[in-house]
Amino acid sequence: MSAERAASPSPDRPILSVAELSVQFKLPQGWMTAVDRVSFDLRQGEIVGIVGESGSGKSQILLSLMGLLASNGRCTGSAVFEGQELLNRPPKTLDTIRGSAMSMIFQDPMTSLNPYMRVSDQLTEVLTAHQGKSQAEALDIAVEMLERVRIPEARRRIRLYPHEFSGGMRQRVMIAMALLCRPEVLLADEPTTALDVTVQAQILELVAEVAREMQAAVAIVTHDLGVIARLCDRVIVLYGGRIMEHGTVDEIFYDPKHPYTKGLLASTPRLDEKVHGALRTIPGQPRAAMGDIPGCPFEPRCGLKIDRCRAEMPMLRSDDKGRATACHVSGV
Amino acid sequence: MPDGALLSVQDLKVHFPLKGGILGTTFGHVRAVDGVSFDLKPGETLGIVGESGCGKSTLGRAVLRLIKTTDGCVVWAGQDLFGLGARALRNERRQMQIIFQDPLASLDPRMSVETIIGKPLRIFHPELSRAEVRKRVFETMNQVGLAASMANRYPHEFSGGQCQRIGIARAIILKPKLIVCDEPVSALDVSIQAQIINLLMELQRSLGISLLFISHNLAVVRHISHRVMVLYLGKVMEIADRDDFYARPLHPYSQALISAVPIADPRLERGRPRVLLQGDIPSPINPPSGCRFRTRCPRATQVCAEQEPVMRDYGNDHAAACHHIGA
Repeated sequence: MSAERAASPSPDRPILSVAELSVQFKLPQGWMTAVDRVSFDLRQGEIVGIVGESGSGKSQILLSLMGLLASNGRCTGSAVFEGQELLNRPPKTLDTIRGSAMSMIFQDPMTSLNPYMRVSDQLTEVLTAHQGKSQAEALDIAVEMLERVRIPEARRRIRLYPHEFSGGMRQRVMIAMALLCRPEVLLADEPTTALDVTVQAQILELVAEVAREMQAAVAIVTHDLGVIARLCDRVIVLYGGRIMEHGTVDEIFYDPKHPYTKGLLASTPRLDEKVHGALRTIPGQPRAAMGDIPGCPFEPRCGLKIDRCRAEMPMLRSDDKGRATACHVSGV
Repeated sequence: MPDGALLSVQDLKVHFPLKGGILGTTFGHVRAVDGVSFDLKPGETLGIVGESGCGKSTLGRAVLRLIKTTDGCVVWAGQDLFGLGARALRNERRQMQIIFQDPLASLDPRMSVETIIGKPLRIFHPELSRAEVRKRVFETMNQVGLAASMANRYPHEFSGGQCQRIGIARAIILKPKLIVCDEPVSALDVSIQAQIINLLMELQRSLGISLLFISHNLAVVRHISHRVMVLYLGKVMEIADRDDFYARPLHPYSQALISAVPIADPRLERGRPRVLLQGDIPSPINPPSGCRFRTRCPRATQVCAEQEPVMRDYGNDHAAACHHIGA
């Protein structure tokens, strides 16, 4: 499947342009920064992976784009989708975009589908609300979409409630819902983390296939480097809310520049490994919460740090092809 | 039981009754573990892999007699574990420990780290003085990479990886012969997961402990195990030496499982052939007749529905249960 991915990402202008996005949460002790001045583009037909450990802010990026931050959160910066600013828009005007031109797949389908509504009602609602379809038309399209994500006996099963589906089937229902209006941008937050590996394989295949077919731009958040390698064209590596490194999937896996990317790759046990000695580790623990620190968030765990790393945040510097690293010691 | 096995599990079954109605009558059983046999040698790690509902956690608990078994037996160091009286069982329990998936949930939030780690020692060695217990606790903390200065802190002050170290310290302080590790790294970030895997491997080498390493992560299991056992709906599909298993998986389920795991290597991924399974895992309440894997198996034929395949040895202690191997 991945062999047939879009040969080259279209060099045209991006569909979604995120610039200097920051997300903060108000806690009893003050504002805590979860995402710190993150910029990236999504282009048509391209799958971008956002990888990071817990607390890296990877999910918050997607939630802020969808206007779904928790009530104690705020975001600054800009995210432009087809000439329209997405951030801090009133929900009413955001609803003309989200769910139709832009949609999201969540990690846990059980908590993101409404347990009181039949799947048919949840799916047709998207179409009647966004595209003004009649109930009968909407039902036909919904059944077709369920068949498209390979739910057997779709016309019968669409009458069921979410709890009557297995985990993999529920995830398919959610993917179907996200695709109903043929979105131009699809955001996926750990879409296969809760699933078994044989089911994960089916779902990844499906996401790649529909993304290619619909020529949507996809951003997928995951902690699994294997998922990134299988699915993505470009990769953004996050740590402590900042972009550490950005490049094509081959650049990130075969020529990682940032010490964190290198550490992450080296500490992942591989299914095809032949030697079984000690794994390389990254010492210390991931940062839990961030105060405003002046230096690099990875500095406390970095093997290459110099004095400057603690005092001064390295800027993300990129070459003319968009390959970027934020490190004082090993840049591009 | 072969010579020198520390643990020998024979045809173990764990069925959970399903009750319902106003009379609470039993209307069926979940066959969580349904006739599993294996041996574990001293100092050996057996990886137990499978997807959710395959019975791997139930098996781990049943082996320690933490839950009631329906049938079968567990021979522990030459004696029938299920035949032991309460006192004898308690005595043997010193030798067998367990660590859990959720490191924070498995530690009492109201106990300090020192109390948590020292508890098994105080229970089994009441004769030790407080100073002696403390000394052993500090030694053990040192072994698992925790600073002694952390002894007075409470679990919530620690990160997931550190909590798992506390759980490991508690498990090794009595110098056990067996530790059941139930998804011990699944809840941890990649960089922390590597630290804990290294620690477990190092402790196993230095203390000669046997590990039953239960995980759904085939890459982690490859790294840590000497042998690998694959479960599906409560049955053993395949068991083999690690390298043999990954180089030459025999069972169609093992092959599908291995091919489904994405490898962190994009060029390799692009050219990798895949065995894509259809559908989801059936319910263990009413498993398919014959071979349990047949409903998702690409090689299933009539015989698979009629006859349950038996485990057969294909050389090198590599055994699998399938009608179609070598055909």
